[in-house]
Amino acid sequence: MKWIRQRLDKIKEPFSKGKKYEKFAPAINALDTFLFVPNHTTQKGAHVRDAVDLKRVMITVVIALIPALIFGIWNAGYQYLSQIQEQVGFWEAMGEGAIKVLPMVAVSYAVGLGIEFAFAVFRGHEVNEGYLVTGLLIPMVMPVDIPLWMVAVSVVFAVLIGKEAFGGTGMNILNPALTARAFAFFAYPTYMSGNGVWVSEASELDAVSGETILGKLAAGTDVPYNTMDMFSGLIPGSIAETSTICILAGALLLVLTKVGSWRIIVSGFLGAACMAFIFNLLGGSYPNNDLMNFPWYNHLVIGGLAFGIVFMATDPVSAAQTYKGKWIYGFLIGLFAVMIRIFNPAYPEGIMLAILLMNVFAPTIDHYVIQGNIKKRKKRVKAQVKTAV
Amino acid sequence: MSKDIKVKKGLNLRFKGEAEQKLVEAPRSKTFAIKPPDFHAVVPKLVLKEGAKVQAGEVIFFSKYNEAVKFSSPVSGTIVEVVRGAKRRVLEIVIEADAVNSYKEYGTMSAESSDAEAVKTRIFESGCGAFIKQRPYDIVANPEDAPKAIYISAYNTAPLAADPEFILQDQKAEFQEGIKALKKLTAGKVYLAVNKKSSNLKDIQDVEILNVSGPHPAGNVGVHVHETEPINGGDRVWTVGPEDVAIIGRLFLTGKFDAKRTIAVVGADAKDKKYFRTLLGTNVSALVGEVNESASRIISGDMLTGLRLTNNQFVGFYDNTVTVIPEGNNYRMFGWLPFTYNNIHSMSKTSLSWMFPNKKYDVNTNLNGEERALVVTGEMEEVMPLDVYPMQLLKACMTGDVEKMENLGIYEVIPEDFALVDYVNTSKIEAQEIIRLGLDLMITEVG
Repeated sequence: MKWIRQRLDKIKEPFSKGKKYEKFAPAINALDTFLFVPNHTTQKGAHVRDAVDLKRVMITVVIALIPALIFGIWNAGYQYLSQIQEQVGFWEAMGEGAIKVLPMVAVSYAVGLGIEFAFAVFRGHEVNEGYLVTGLLIPMVMPVDIPLWMVAVSVVFAVLIGKEAFGGTGMNILNPALTARAFAFFAYPTYMSGNGVWVSEASELDAVSGETILGKLAAGTDVPYNTMDMFSGLIPGSIAETSTICILAGALLLVLTKVGSWRIIVSGFLGAACMAFIFNLLGGSYPNNDLMNFPWYNHLVIGGLAFGIVFMATDPVSAAQTYKGKWIYGFLIGLFAVMIRIFNPAYPEGIMLAILLMNVFAPTIDHYVIQGNIKKRKKRVKAQVKTAV
Repeated sequence: MSKDIKVKKGLNLRFKGEAEQKLVEAPRSKTFAIKPPDFHAVVPKLVLKEGAKVQAGEVIFFSKYNEAVKFSSPVSGTIVEVVRGAKRRVLEIVIEADAVNSYKEYGTMSAESSDAEAVKTRIFESGCGAFIKQRPYDIVANPEDAPKAIYISAYNTAPLAADPEFILQDQKAEFQEGIKALKKLTAGKVYLAVNKKSSNLKDIQDVEILNVSGPHPAGNVGVHVHETEPINGGDRVWTVGPEDVAIIGRLFLTGKFDAKRTIAVVGADAKDKKYFRTLLGTNVSALVGEVNESASRIISGDMLTGLRLTNNQFVGFYDNTVTVIPEGNNYRMFGWLPFTYNNIHSMSKTSLSWMFPNKKYDVNTNLNGEERALVVTGEMEEVMPLDVYPMQLLKACMTGDVEKMENLGIYEVIPEDFALVDYVNTSKIEAQEIIRLGLDLMITEVG
């Protein structure tokens, strides 16, 4: 460890203040602080500090994503291989999936971190760790066959327009990963929706039925999966959103470590359940609408709803910031996600649009929650003035 | 009369290096100093020059903008140096102490039977006014104000901080007299906050006792004010430190400005962890000896709100604690991995330290990360017992939006109330500094 430290200090020398490469210090610092928590001591304010830092928080989210990612890789391989052969071995599926998915992850990180580093050097601040999570989320919510250059363009759009244009990490209004997905969704719709994109090379193979459950429901065809399939995730879909079990495992870690807000997660599922239940009740009058009659508990486990609520709605920067606000924000996300599913067959899955919509409204929700606090204070002043008179 | 205050939000920090409850006489420091920067926003106008002889209790300087606010010498001796910093700002007025104090006589006076105006005049002319601080803004009180109430907290919940009950155990009569004097300064109540579990001060007269329980910052005056008579715009509330009340009491009982100071020396790197009885403004070396500054840090005050000192500097005017803790200028490989380095305390559940709530932790001054943008939400609220939105208030202070700050309750807070926010926040934002700057802006904009 000492040896590495000494080497690093040597490498860092030309980047120190007043030296030749001073401008590029943020880039080298990012690498250094990745290896070592720096020796910085407190200079003002409290002399001692908590062990937590932003890196630790972000890495916790990355760890929470790993079960869903591994399942996603396996499922990508399995969905493809099971269409062309009888038996599919575990490692066979993993290998097939890895060939598809890992390049997407690599492209996402390379392009996104490249921009982050460039902006850090340009603006003269340290590299923020937010992209560690965003960079993994972006490929996880894409269909498996999307060309790598589309992933790259979406990343560029999300980081530049979604984040840096607003001032960088901590300032963005929309969740950057969803911004990337929304961009790809509207820019390359044929690669992002329909029946042929969810299973690798589905359009090439005639016999393949690669529709998602939501797609089938919207089209009014039969759904060949039971609730357990939907829950475990053995279904076509975006790479890592299919397995509700793995997502819940990640959710558990997020909630236990308090990195993700349990308020948003609980209220999100609650909102979706309420909306779906209401439609179930109304469904009797519309027997031909499969989506309306789809049982409310199944609504919770299909599509990207769970993934969106657990990993994207809980993004603290774009979510509501007050406790009360988080309840309202989460509930409305669940509510709108199911409402869009059922009312708008052009968008079979509503969670992406629901989260983006509530991202925009989150500051407004907070505003009204905080207004309550302000009103209390003003009332106190009024009461005081009255007693004085 | 008494009231219970139960604090729910907050964080008790348990670190190694507590002071033993044993009171010893500190060796008499050769030099003492009054440091004008301890009195925020006061511009000192010196009465005595370098080389002048001074008696204990004699006024050395007053506030340039309010002559009634006076500051006295704690010892008799000779003013040997006026240390100035940038723009000739006075940093320290150093007094070489005589072997034995000679006091300026103010004459004894019964606080209870005297006229309110006379009590006020006596307190402020003797320099005891400096002990009275004003909320909002955390500045020295202006004698022309009529405070809504006066608060004294004899319960300190800050990590390793001195126990006021122990300090006051042999000064109870003076403390009582001081309270009687303070009672004359306000038309409202005098509140005394004590530890609900055990306190020897519950029989003190002429006060409203607040029985406080809960985690830090339960002992902070800000919490007590908030729970009893929250501050609105234009209100003035005064606060006095517990031992300072005893000094005021002694002024009335003996006629002397006898600024005894009991200081708890704490922290893992302090050699002699005890309570020392000395005088206000003592040289810190008399308490902790020579400290290796590259390995340890001397802090005047507790480790959350105190001020960094070097060897031979002087203990702050209001401080009852001197903390010596190791400097944390070391690297930790992969220290950002969750669930590693659990020997460093964390409120976050990304460390396993929460499983051992009663363990006493080692602590050093490492920042444990780097400053980042504000990302994580909800953590500041967990340690903020006041009914304010800490993150929103900090942001309002950063942008200097006076109206918003007012709406969000800037009058109810002082930097000390944000000390735990400093400690816990993931982004390593300097919350106390931001609040201080915000308050300074309010002073110039609103006054």
